[in-house]
Amino acid sequence: MATTTEPVIHQKKREVIDKAAIRFCGDSGDGMQITGNQFTNTVALYGNDLATFPDYPAEIRAPAGTMPGVSGFQIQFSSSDVFTPGDAVDVLIAMNPAALKANIKDLKRSGILIVNSDSFTDNDLRKAQVTSNPLEDHSLDGYRVFPVGLEVLTRSALQELGLDAKSMDRCKNFFALGMCYWLYNRSMDLTYKWIEDKFKNKPLLVEANKLAMRAGYTYCEATEAFQVSYEIPPAKLMPGTYRNLSGNQALALGLVMGAQKANLPLFLGSYPITPASDILHELSMYKNYNVMTFQAEDEIAAITSAIGAAYTGALALTTTSGPGMALKTEAMGLAVAVELPLVICDIQRGGPSTGLPTKTEQADLLQALFGRNSEAPIPVIAASTPGDCFWVGLEACRIALKYMVPVIVLSDGYLANGAEPWRIPDINDIPGIDVHFATNPAGFHPYARDPKTLSRPWAIPGTPGLEHRVGGLEKQDVSGNINYEPLNHEKMIHLRAAKVAAVAQDIPDLVPAGDPDGDLLIIAWGSTYGAVTAGLNAQRAKGKRIGHVHLRYLNPMAANLGEIIKRYKKVLVPEMNLGQLLFVLRGKYLVDAQGYNKVQGQPFKQSEIEAKIEEILG
Amino acid sequence: MTTTIPILTKKDFQTDQEVRWCPGCGDYAILAAVQSVFPELGIPREKFVVVSGIGCSSRFPYYMNTFGFHTIHGRAPAVATGIKVTNPELEVWLATGDGDSLAIGGNHTIHMLRRNVGVKILMFNNKIYGLTKGQYSPTSEFGKKTKSTPFGTTDRPFNPLALTLGAGACFVARSVDVFQQHLKDTLRRTAAHSGSAYVEILQNCNIFNDGAWFELTEKEARSEHVVQLEQGKPLIFGKNRDKGIRLKGMDLEVVLLGNGNGLTEKDLLVHDETNPNPAYAFVLAQMGDMPGFPTPIGVLRSWDRPRYEDVMAAQLTSVIAKRGPGDISKLLHAGDTWEVK
Repeated sequence: MATTTEPVIHQKKREVIDKAAIRFCGDSGDGMQITGNQFTNTVALYGNDLATFPDYPAEIRAPAGTMPGVSGFQIQFSSSDVFTPGDAVDVLIAMNPAALKANIKDLKRSGILIVNSDSFTDNDLRKAQVTSNPLEDHSLDGYRVFPVGLEVLTRSALQELGLDAKSMDRCKNFFALGMCYWLYNRSMDLTYKWIEDKFKNKPLLVEANKLAMRAGYTYCEATEAFQVSYEIPPAKLMPGTYRNLSGNQALALGLVMGAQKANLPLFLGSYPITPASDILHELSMYKNYNVMTFQAEDEIAAITSAIGAAYTGALALTTTSGPGMALKTEAMGLAVAVELPLVICDIQRGGPSTGLPTKTEQADLLQALFGRNSEAPIPVIAASTPGDCFWVGLEACRIALKYMVPVIVLSDGYLANGAEPWRIPDINDIPGIDVHFATNPAGFHPYARDPKTLSRPWAIPGTPGLEHRVGGLEKQDVSGNINYEPLNHEKMIHLRAAKVAAVAQDIPDLVPAGDPDGDLLIIAWGSTYGAVTAGLNAQRAKGKRIGHVHLRYLNPMAANLGEIIKRYKKVLVPEMNLGQLLFVLRGKYLVDAQGYNKVQGQPFKQSEIEAKIEEILG
Repeated sequence: MTTTIPILTKKDFQTDQEVRWCPGCGDYAILAAVQSVFPELGIPREKFVVVSGIGCSSRFPYYMNTFGFHTIHGRAPAVATGIKVTNPELEVWLATGDGDSLAIGGNHTIHMLRRNVGVKILMFNNKIYGLTKGQYSPTSEFGKKTKSTPFGTTDRPFNPLALTLGAGACFVARSVDVFQQHLKDTLRRTAAHSGSAYVEILQNCNIFNDGAWFELTEKEARSEHVVQLEQGKPLIFGKNRDKGIRLKGMDLEVVLLGNGNGLTEKDLLVHDETNPNPAYAFVLAQMGDMPGFPTPIGVLRSWDRPRYEDVMAAQLTSVIAKRGPGDISKLLHAGDTWEVK
């Protein structure tokens, strides 16, 4: 049952502001991701624009209270456009000293700091390797500090329920969430509903979590400490119906959409890997959309089963992250050789090797472009925002089916887990994807080609008269028979390259954001979109003449990129790697571009982009 | 929909491609047997898909006039799984070898068997790497001297059938390249089984490991070294059919019949491929490795359980029945949405 929302009529001061960034941080077991997601959904439904940044450790439960166990969730929400989760936050909620220590540097001066004062005992401080108590040593001077006994207050709110102490303490994140709802004047209804659903078989926990959240809300209302609350009006987004969506959710939906538009069953072969597993989870729920999900025994079986499905006429895909991409390499070459449609999604994470499983990076670009034996070109496209993952997933399906090629989709941990309001498209506005299975044995040749796309026919098993053999050995042009002749091999190498190059005919011309010519062109790709856009807007407002092209198509590239580059005096390429796109651009366009590289497992901040622009342009 | 199935002959399954195995290779005999059994099965040619990995045996699809997919080393079971799940109507056969199936592809092999994907696996076991010119394989005998082990191998071989039984294989059989009639019978039994069917075919590589199965195939000696398994029949072997296998506790023993010891056929182990306890088939699988014991050929185990692709299809059907066919527009609008005017 929904409970009334606003327990007390507001008498305190309420300020209308444009935007705010807040971060919840605590132990991995403190429920910070749930808390952040609840706040996000509430803010989204209210109509704010937003961007989120969940940042959590690879360990499921590192020892409680220690630095490795700190998990955080940041959201920026606004009444105007939001491009990033925010460089620094206005409000920091820290559940223990370790969380405080790890995150305080990102709180704005005079920002609001809510700390769980029950968790600052000597033992807690020792676990966080803090020598003096920050609540007492004046190190927090300059912030607006609100020490709140989250455990004591939550327990006292729940004392009637007869729960054990541990269960009561587990509700403290909802107490903190209730405080934030008060602070930003938000309804608790959506979270009430979520709690009822989540704990529907445990009525006592429904009651406990709701009570804790309500207690947090009324605590702020009642205590002298909080004098001001804030209101951020809805954003003026493009008219339409919106929902809040993470990048992985969006990608899953885009892939289902691709299969539906092509009228094909969808086959996903996948092996669990962070941060890509959520796509497998999502697609597993969509079985009634003719989606088959196959959790394979390893990364190689994941892609090769998908190749088998593609051979048989399904829209086939495989999803993974960098280490899995490395394992799939040989099979990608097979997909190139047998020229079957296949979508390969790489949700990049920090590397090399196991690297930083839960942190973001863009360092698989060269692997995607070149990481196969011999000449094995594959179209590569990249998503720029969480919502864009939908469109990139759909586009990958279209290219794969039209050109009979494997296609690589690059996303990353930041996009995968980050969320934003997404305008739901009218499905009738999305064009269909034409698929023709070969059926006529007369004049059938497995490697005959369409003159425009250079694609070969898709002749699936079960079609009478089209029995033929395909495989990884070099094949004779047109007939597809095994052939080792030198000139035939060279011809086939060129044909496979020309086919991928032909994808360019479908790539729209790039139009720079900002100035169409000027002092600086920023060329970027992937999840840096938000920070670059925000930085560009701010610097142009200061009179700088800058343009920005964001590359969705990384192989092949838009035909007019070379021409655009010539319109600017300087070129900057910011990337979360050591300059991989830069390397390609310098080779391809002989341009003296400069890189701006960050490999900290963290996305760029707007301020970093701005500082770099200022450094270059003075 | 009714379709008449044309009468097919061996010729219909031969391709125009020049066969590139070495003269005298056991693979020729296997190819001939498969090409003569396929037309008997009453299955339209276009429904056949022959999948393979890498190695001499894996050239098989090029010589079969069906749909064929020569994939990459070891991965054929995974490709075949994708094929079968996407279209369970297809008749998928897999040609592989001891290296392809048990070394690089060991993982895929055991997982396909565990899932019981309806694929027929013909594993050509010649106990050597042929296409890479003579290195030892996972079935090479301990101590074997090869190009890569000039002082002898230092690792113990796999027993392929014990391995597959351990992985939960429901249909496990063994035959020999040169025993054409037995091989064809075994292929017919394999074709009739609906789930995963694993057949080890003892095959001679006359270039790199000639005579690997000599004891079993040499005319004079074969009846002393091979016991042919037949459902419901006692395990008897020997030139004069005077030897039998008896179960003694958990162990097997070779006994002489009509030797004045009072033992008759009734005392012998009677073959039951449908024995629900896989331990029985496991004991049989080990027999060839035991000194003094014959190598069993035929069907060691035949046991039905639901095929993976059918279970998967049934799940899809049941979810569609429960939730209705997916409406993509509804899916996009799922969860909490809001309007911006």
